[in-house]
Amino acid sequence: MGTHVAAAEQTSAGTAGAAGTETDSPTRTGLLIIGASQSGVQLAVSLRALGFDEHITLLGDEDHRPYQRPALSKEFLQGTVESESLIFRSNEYWADHNVGLVKGEYIVRIDKDPDGSGVAHSSSGRQFPFKRLALTVGARARKLEVDGGDLDGVLYLRNADDALALKARVGDAQDVVVIGGGFIGLEAASSLQKMGKNVTVLEFGPRLVGRAVGEETAEYFLQAHRARGLDIRLNTSAKRFTAKTAAGEKQTAVAGVELQDGTVLPAQIVLVGIGVIPNTQLAEQLGLTVDNGIVVDRFALASDGTTVAIGDCANMPNPVPGSEPGERIRLESVNNAIEHAKVAAYSLTGRREEYAGIPWFWSNQADLKLQIAGLCNGYDQTVLRRDEDRGKFSVIYYRKGQVIAADCVNAPLDFMAVKNALAKGQNIPAGAAADPATPLKTITTDS
Amino acid sequence: MPTVHFTDAEGAVRDVQGNPGDSVMETAVRNGVPGIVAECGGSLSCATCHVFVREDCLSKLPPMEDMEDEMLYGTAVDREDNSRLSCQLRLIDEIELFVTTPETQV
Repeated sequence: MGTHVAAAEQTSAGTAGAAGTETDSPTRTGLLIIGASQSGVQLAVSLRALGFDEHITLLGDEDHRPYQRPALSKEFLQGTVESESLIFRSNEYWADHNVGLVKGEYIVRIDKDPDGSGVAHSSSGRQFPFKRLALTVGARARKLEVDGGDLDGVLYLRNADDALALKARVGDAQDVVVIGGGFIGLEAASSLQKMGKNVTVLEFGPRLVGRAVGEETAEYFLQAHRARGLDIRLNTSAKRFTAKTAAGEKQTAVAGVELQDGTVLPAQIVLVGIGVIPNTQLAEQLGLTVDNGIVVDRFALASDGTTVAIGDCANMPNPVPGSEPGERIRLESVNNAIEHAKVAAYSLTGRREEYAGIPWFWSNQADLKLQIAGLCNGYDQTVLRRDEDRGKFSVIYYRKGQVIAADCVNAPLDFMAVKNALAKGQNIPAGAAADPATPLKTITTDS
Repeated sequence: MPTVHFTDAEGAVRDVQGNPGDSVMETAVRNGVPGIVAECGGSLSCATCHVFVREDCLSKLPPMEDMEDEMLYGTAVDREDNSRLSCQLRLIDEIELFVTTPETQV
């Protein structure tokens, strides 16, 4: 395994003291990555792969070693995967690669000079000096503001502690109301249903999964989940959460959800999954441009030209080949966290490389495996491929005759074919694609 | 402890000890073995943990399920008869596995 020696050289002007000595203004060296989740971890890993030899500090506000999130609403919740197997890298890996892991520190303020160096201050009073800064601060769960929203048993699902809190309560609960019919809500609802709970999903909008998938896919999931016994109510919202009414007792635990029409659904757990808000507080404090996320250029650089911002927290130029000039996007996905981190790693090592991959997403719900390749924004034609017998379903999206995306359910061959075609700039003619018996790989053409 | 011997496309070998029950993919990723990407973290969604298994090890492995079989048709380097997705291969005590990683995974 390659070893990386810390280059503890003193580089920035304006800091007091020599390298290696304790002062009030510690030497500003190395890279500080604030946020130790998917994109932060990938940035550190990619930098080492590129030969970046300065010290890296990977700092997170959770008390856990960096872990993978997707399983939290699925395998981890259901107990088929243990927390240890969600850990990204062994302690030895970080030590061998000269990455300092800092857990449980929440950065509240950053002092930064125009050269990009500075000092980050945590809520516990610690200082983290840096020569370069990366913000991989992610997003937080959007809160539902209704009466009773702070009752015990009203939960969110964003991180490991949320998942542990939910898991700890599941045993005592019979009725669960999930608010939000997006990926997280549906994944958790499916998991909880599988664990024997009586689950109701409330979706405010007229269809499931918002704009992440097309109309046909949303309808497919609605029918499929209802056929599996999930109670899904569209165009429905919660008016308030009710508490137990036992005389003389302090009413702190949630007992039900009152809908706008006055119906009350019993619920010992209410799980709210209504989207996320990018964490931009530090960027704002630094004076960086913020607009639905931290605004970055094609090279993952924020408006100061030195700080990199990547992953869920970043608003970037749409990386999909053929997208409209000036079109910007914020992508919440594992794949984006990884690809965006690679772009940032190049920038931090003095190279200019644009985003190379095609965005893709997945969501496992009950026995339904959804894989999405590309982004379906701006499509003008869809082709449906449906194989009822084998439970396969795909929608291919086209813009001006060119394939731009696909939603595939239990159809990995379709997913792979579209993803590969997009990556190679090829096309899959709509006419021929309409026959579900024809493998898409065999009709892919150079466009 | 079970050991996995990873050979990369250039022929360099690295031996990694793992824990029984962990997958070959997890063992590789946690130790930073290049050549295994595993974007989806083992949920059988991405086909970026493709490995070629040495012939004499194939019989020690669990049989392939349909989903893995289909995903293998989408790997970056074309599948061979001895291809598997390493996220589906669990380590068993006292069993040594020899696998080769493809030139690229994406």
